[in-house]
This record gives sequence, C-alpha cells and structure tokens, in this order.
Amino acid sequence: MKEGFRQAMAWLHTWTGLIFGWLLFAIFLSGTLSYFKEEISHWAQPELRSHALDPLASLGLAQGYLEANAGHSASWMIRLPSEREAALSVGWRDPEGGRRGFVRKSLDAQSGQPVEARDSRGGDFFYRFHFELQMPYPWGRWLSTFCAFIMLLGLVTGIITHKKIFKEFFTFRPGKGQRSWLDGHNAIGVLVLPFHLMISYSSLVLFMYMVMPAGILASYGGNTNGYFNDLFGRDEVPKVANVATPLVPLERLYAKVQEQVPGARIGFIQVQNPGDLNARVTFTQSAADHVAYKRSASWTFDGATGALLNQGAPESAAMMTSFSFAGLHMGNYAGPWLRWLYFVFGVAGTAVIGTGLVMWLGKRQLKHAKSERIPGELRLVEVLNIASMSGLLLAVAAFFWANRLLPVGLEGRANWEINSFFLLWALSLLHAALRPGRRAWGEQLGLGALAFALLPLLNALTTGQGLDHSVAVGDWAMAGFDLTALGTGAFLAWAAAKMLRPPKPVAKRAPRASKASVEAVEVK
Amino acid sequence: MKRTAAGPPLSYRLAVISRSLAALLGGYLLASMVSICVALLAPMPQVDATLTGLLLSFVFYLLAFIWCFACRSAWRAWLGVLLPSLVLAIVNGLAYWMKNP
Repeated sequence: MKEGFRQAMAWLHTWTGLIFGWLLFAIFLSGTLSYFKEEISHWAQPELRSHALDPLASLGLAQGYLEANAGHSASWMIRLPSEREAALSVGWRDPEGGRRGFVRKSLDAQSGQPVEARDSRGGDFFYRFHFELQMPYPWGRWLSTFCAFIMLLGLVTGIITHKKIFKEFFTFRPGKGQRSWLDGHNAIGVLVLPFHLMISYSSLVLFMYMVMPAGILASYGGNTNGYFNDLFGRDEVPKVANVATPLVPLERLYAKVQEQVPGARIGFIQVQNPGDLNARVTFTQSAADHVAYKRSASWTFDGATGALLNQGAPESAAMMTSFSFAGLHMGNYAGPWLRWLYFVFGVAGTAVIGTGLVMWLGKRQLKHAKSERIPGELRLVEVLNIASMSGLLLAVAAFFWANRLLPVGLEGRANWEINSFFLLWALSLLHAALRPGRRAWGEQLGLGALAFALLPLLNALTTGQGLDHSVAVGDWAMAGFDLTALGTGAFLAWAAAKMLRPPKPVAKRAPRASKASVEAVEVK
Repeated sequence: MKRTAAGPPLSYRLAVISRSLAALLGGYLLASMVSICVALLAPMPQVDATLTGLLLSFVFYLLAFIWCFACRSAWRAWLGVLLPSLVLAIVNGLAYWMKNP
C-alpha cells in the first residue's frame, strides 16, 4: 500500500489485475468467441444445411415430427431456424432418454428429417466456458461473476489512476518497450471504456440473484420462486385432464401472433400437455427483435381451442433497466455489423487484460535484467502469462482441429473435442515451464499461427466446404470463420516473429521522455 | 511496492491480508445489507424494490473495496465496512419485524 489515494488505487489495480488477470483473459476470450456462437456451431457441424426461412412450413414440420415421435411427452420445445441458425431444433421431456431427461434433435428445415450431424458442442462450448469455467454448478458461475466484479473494480481503479485519461489517450510512443505497452493498455482501455463498464456491470446483473441473494430472501422469505414469478410473470400450467384432444395446427397460432405484432420473429415455442384438453402453447418473440429481454413479448394459447389466453405482463422501469443490461451483454439483438463491433470490442478487452499482465512482469524484469536468473515468483508469473495467453489460443485451435479430425463415429466425440482443448492447454503450460520465456512465447505463438492459418485448408480438405465453396454459395458464416482464422494466424505469425527475433537493446531514455513519465502516475 | 532483501515486513503482509478480508467479506456484508434495506424500504412494488436493491448492491461492494484499500489503516478498513453494516442491520431488523410481525 502506498501513501495517497491514487497510489493506493494504482496498487489495488495492479495486484487484483495480476491475481485475476489470467482467468479474466480466458473469460474475455471465450466471451468474445460467444458473440459468434451460432456461426462457430455452423462451422463445427457443416452437415446442417441452411435453407430460405419459412416459419410456417418449419412449424408444420416440427409439429408433425413431435406428434409422431414425442406424443407421450409432457412438454415440447421448438426453435425455429433464423438468419444465424440453420437447423429447426426440437426437444422434448423424456424421463428415460437424453441428457438430463431432455431429448434434442436438429431437423433439416426443408425435409423435416433429423440431420445426423457430427457430435460437437461447437460454439456452445465457449459460451458455457465463459461463465461456468468447466466447473460444477454453481462454483463456476460464482467465480466468473466475482471475476467480473474484479474487472469492474479494475476499470474504476484504472480510471482513478490515470487522472489525465484523455490527454494520455493521445499519447502513444511506439517502439519504446515498456512505455509502449502502457500507452497501448491505456489507449485501448479508454477507447472502449463504455463497453468495458457495460460488459462487466451487466455480467453482475445476469447472476445477481445467485451471488447477492440476501435481498430476495429478506423480501420473499423462503419463497424465492415468488420473486422469479413476479419478475418473469410465469403462469401456472394446468394439470393434464387426460382427455385426448388434438393440438391445433401451430401455423394458425403463429398467424395470430403476427396479427398482434406484424413481422415479429419467433424465437421459440413451448407446448405443454400436448395432445391433451389442457394443452398450452407459448410463443416467445426472438431475442433478436429487441435490445432488452422482454417478458411482454410472449403469447400463451389454449392448445385445444387455439384461443389467445394471455400476453406477457408489461415491464416496470426497474425491470427494463436490468433486462436492458442483460440484453446489451448478450448482444442477441445485434445484426452482422454490430456483432462484429461487439467482437472487436471483446478482442480489445482481452488485449487490455493481456497487455496489463505483460506490463506487470516487464516492469519487474527490468530490475533483474543484468542478473543471470530471475526470481522464482517472477518466473512463475512468466510461465502463467505464456500458458494463459498463447497457450489458450493453442487450446482453441486444438478444439477446432479435433472437430475436423476426430472420426465421426467416435464414442463421446463431443467430449473428446473438449478434452483436446484442455490437453493442449496443459501441454502449453508444461512447455512454458521447460523453455526460456521469450522462446516459449515465440514457439507457442508460431505454432498457433500455423494452427489457425491452416484451419481453412483443413476445412476444405475434410468437408469440401472451404473458402472456394462458401464464398461461391454465399455461406458467409462459414467463410467468415475461415477468414477470421486466417487473420488470427497472420496476427500470431507477426507476434511470433517479434518474439523469435533477438530483443532490441534497451534504448537510453531521452530526457524529454523521462519528463513525460514523471507527469503520468505509473502503475506500480 | 518497495522491496528490501527480505521483502516487506510481516506486519505489512498481515495488514494487507486484513484489508483484503475486510473488502471481500465486510464489503459483501455491507452490499447485502444495502440490498435488503432497499428491498424492504423502497416505496415500490415488492419485485421492483428487490430488483433495485440487487442492482445497487454492487455499487456499494465496489465502494467498500475502494475504501478498504484507500483508508489509513486496516482497523479503519474494518470499521468503515462494519459500522454502516451494523446501522443498516438494525434498520433492516426493524423493517423486517414491521412487515413480518
């Protein structure tokens, strides 16, 4: 701890940043990938073909399939194909089958037949990892939410530390080693500051009911369900009447929703007690249609008569506030351009964390530049830096390579993709521990460059849906993935080349530069 | 951080641990008390008051963290989070008792 408020905040920024930086880097990177969750899933399951969207035909196909295959089930779920999701997904509750008693099938949107796609978690793996960290419930959610709080703290303490925030924004001194890292850290941090503040506060909002339950417990007593019923406006579903009654055609109900909100895109449809007198059908508008989550954008019908029973209740101001934060965080509303902006901002957030970690070490290594060995704790930070950054990128590449190379018939195939991810991450840690710092960086970044740059080629060879095909037919999700992989490869190659070249001799500080650095409070 | 050959003295290390615990646990207590207070006392429908309390609690957690590392000693850090928590606990206790006699 140092004297003075700003010094104390700089201290707090530095040490919370170090301790949580490695995990935050992984959370930010996987979260950034999650903005393209559906596109990654599309790449991971190239067997799913996209067709022109036709919600009415899709509804008919889904209802036909479910009546034939899940007539006994107590509840069905249908997700219509969208601009981003090619498959018509259906699911039903079945105590004897599926994962956690729920069976899911992806249907071809034209034929209505199940598609036998390769077993893969696709983009869902990164999405889940982003907030569950592959830990058992609820620990992963708690830990990632706490990391989000530390991120928010890091932002606020960072702002306090860099008082002359806008002046420093225009200060970039490239090719000056440690000074350039600090300038980059500040510039990226300030440029996307509103996004960073939004994204870290909104992650607290998403799981606040879990991490801060005291208010709910005090107000609702033991009845926490009461809170969620009030918040989401759930209705009681009537019991099964045990009177067989055919379900109305879902197309008719779809038309009724369109009368209420012309042009509404429908996200998912839930059917409870299908084939019974007390059947209930709920249509929920797609999250792509509005920024905030909206409980009012859902309509419940009597499944036997087709009568509209009720619409979701309107939201209060407090609800709109919290639902808007949730919607802004997940970015479901974003079209292609805004989605890319989200992605770029996510990369920027990852870069702010990465540059911070590099700087922490660089500053302390300078003091030991003349000695043979660096102290053990600095070496530990160095190894963790390498494994958590370049090692994580290698792990991501390993996931995609496993997706294309594992045999389709392999038992537990999706799990082996995930195992490849963690296996390569562990190997990168071992490699970083065995090799000198700069070499380890260079070698891992170099391997990562190869792994990403060759992904489009691997895709073309194994699926025949390489860039030549995807660009020709206008499959921009597939082409976008391949092009992003190429770009990532090029960036990693540039970084690897910098690391593998011998370091430039440290330039003597010009008197002017040292004057400038006195003005700026440095993060110690 | 200044380092001598042996590193910072033990008393300094203990003070840092004490401040960290004050921020982590004491700050959480304070944030929880704020969320309860707003949930019980804000003149809004029950669900809105609860939601507002939750939304605000993190601001107080953040302020508590900053306070615990900005104040002059570890003792002040604890005092700064526990005293307001105690006051809020009394208010909350009364409010809870009025609502659930």
